[in-house]
Amino acid sequence: MSAVPALAVEDLSVEFRTRSGVVKVLEHVGFSVDKGETVALVGESGSGKSVTAFAVMGILDAAGKVTSGRAMFGGADLLALNEHDLAEQRGRELSMIFQNPRTALNPIRRVGRQIADVLVRHGGATRNDAPRAAIEMLKKVRIPDPERRAEAYPFELSGGMCQRIMIAIALACRPALLIADEPTTGLDVTTQAVIMDLIGELAGEAGMATIFITHDLALAAEYCDRIVVMHAGHIVEAAPARELFAHPRHPYSAKLLAATPGETVSLADMASIPGGLPDLRRTDLPACRYSGRCERRLDECTQPLPQRTMGERHVVACWNPL
Amino acid sequence: MLNLLLSRLATAIPSILGVVIVTFMLTRLLPGDPAAYFAGLAASPQAIAEIRTKLGLDKSLPEQFVGYVGDLLHGNLGNSLSTGQPVVTEIATRLPASAELTLFALILAVAIAIPLGVLAAVKQGTWIDHTCRIVTTAGVSLPVFFTGLLFAYVFYYLLQWAPAPTGRLDVFLSPPTHITGFYLIDSALTGNLETFWGALRQLALPGISMAIFSLAPLARMTRGSMLAVLGSDFIRTARASGLSPRTVIFTYAFRNAVLPVITTLGMVFSFLLGANVLIETVFAWPGIGLYAVNALITSDYAPVQGFVLTMAVLYVALNLTIDFLYGLVDPRVRLDS
Repeated sequence: MSAVPALAVEDLSVEFRTRSGVVKVLEHVGFSVDKGETVALVGESGSGKSVTAFAVMGILDAAGKVTSGRAMFGGADLLALNEHDLAEQRGRELSMIFQNPRTALNPIRRVGRQIADVLVRHGGATRNDAPRAAIEMLKKVRIPDPERRAEAYPFELSGGMCQRIMIAIALACRPALLIADEPTTGLDVTTQAVIMDLIGELAGEAGMATIFITHDLALAAEYCDRIVVMHAGHIVEAAPARELFAHPRHPYSAKLLAATPGETVSLADMASIPGGLPDLRRTDLPACRYSGRCERRLDECTQPLPQRTMGERHVVACWNPL
Repeated sequence: MLNLLLSRLATAIPSILGVVIVTFMLTRLLPGDPAAYFAGLAASPQAIAEIRTKLGLDKSLPEQFVGYVGDLLHGNLGNSLSTGQPVVTEIATRLPASAELTLFALILAVAIAIPLGVLAAVKQGTWIDHTCRIVTTAGVSLPVFFTGLLFAYVFYYLLQWAPAPTGRLDVFLSPPTHITGFYLIDSALTGNLETFWGALRQLALPGISMAIFSLAPLARMTRGSMLAVLGSDFIRTARASGLSPRTVIFTYAFRNAVLPVITTLGMVFSFLLGANVLIETVFAWPGIGLYAVNALITSDYAPVQGFVLTMAVLYVALNLTIDFLYGLVDPRVRLDS
């Protein structure tokens, strides 16, 4: 596997201004994705996975503000691009798939048109060719009877079908990077596998880098090369998938694994992680945002977090790793 | 689509029937005796009784009703007691005046309110958003007759920019050849610029008064609806696909946001039909509103019934149009038929 990073995020911090104060949603987040590689961002709800993706794509809510960091992509810093230049890149060079495919599609526009819109916007097809190109894309995501389905509205299609349409929109212009934000949440298990296989296959064909956001560690392990574990806006551990499963080093990763059902873990052995995410509005947040829930806490844990290299491409941010 | 229209049309029939019954009962049950009114103050009871017989008011209510419905089916709305003219012809000649005023106000309001609402939503929190808020607040807090009177006072009496509030056209101008009954359209079609300008000048003050009144709910609904849609998932998808801001705002957001605006448009239109009565009185506009008010004051049944019936038919037609527009915009509505 080539080790050229398609996307390198460094020192990314994001704040949200809310009525009840400033929320430090992301702090010094850094990771990279190589060409052709699939990296999972895992963590519980509210850990900042989606916000990381939105910040990279430049589609944060108006309340969200990037306060530091760079996101190097194709030789340019995405975070420094103006909205116009970034919009040129979105959909063409970097694409995103969302959860809830039904609401993520325009409810009153024929799905074929929605694919065609993206193609026309990025010069992937002329206005006249676009309908045919859209049908080609529908074929590619294996939608049966694509000519007829192109004329359908999202409400006439199943959730799995809608997600295929989303994939077709995202991949229409052959992007170099795909961010899939919980693409299978809300789909049944068989559809889930079909969609994941489809993403994996199309990404593999095009040598595309993929970031897969999920809270499902088992799914991440099955489809991803590396896993990046997030907790409360920090990256706590990054490791090759197999390595992380065999030897989790961060206490949070270990707890997360213990809470994941698998072949060897029975439901009775599964443990939930005690406590919850700290209130990110606090001004006196501890250096390690997991320390409040951690059983291995030491006195050093109040010091700024170290980045310890535990093996090849295995980094953990912890004073007392396992 | 056709099925949808037909089914809505079918549901409209009972409402029309209901209106016929209600208008009939209402005018009969209201206090005031038209026979006594027409006989004059000095009339003897015998004279009043004669007039009553002549008008058919001595028959029982069911008999009167049957006669009324029979006349309706022949397109006969009865004669006005005060003018002696058939109500149908009077309404037919006066309706274009009201329609021109209402549509002028509505088009003006839509032309201002929708861009204003869209801009206010897209540029939330900026000066244009605040302007929108001030305009909508002012619009809802000023009653339409008050705006009308104020305008007439300021622009006619004080500034003399506007012509006297005395109807559709200056007395020195002759009305254009009758084509649609809308003076603006007729004079434009016949190339009579002088009349066009004269009609527009007369139309300006009452039209703007009504537009200000209807602008507020439209702008407010457009803004709110746009804000809701702009925050939705599919707009995020559109932005994530790099679609241009123009496509995102107009093709994706606005088309979705326009549905509640259409509903509001229907409501505003009905408010305007009601506001017509007031504004026509203020500006001596020879429309059906003024006609109905005069008829009501003189206890003249037939024109009042004719007016209410015309309004009811207009409402029904309006709702049909709204349903049709809804079906055009939203594919999900078409399925319901």
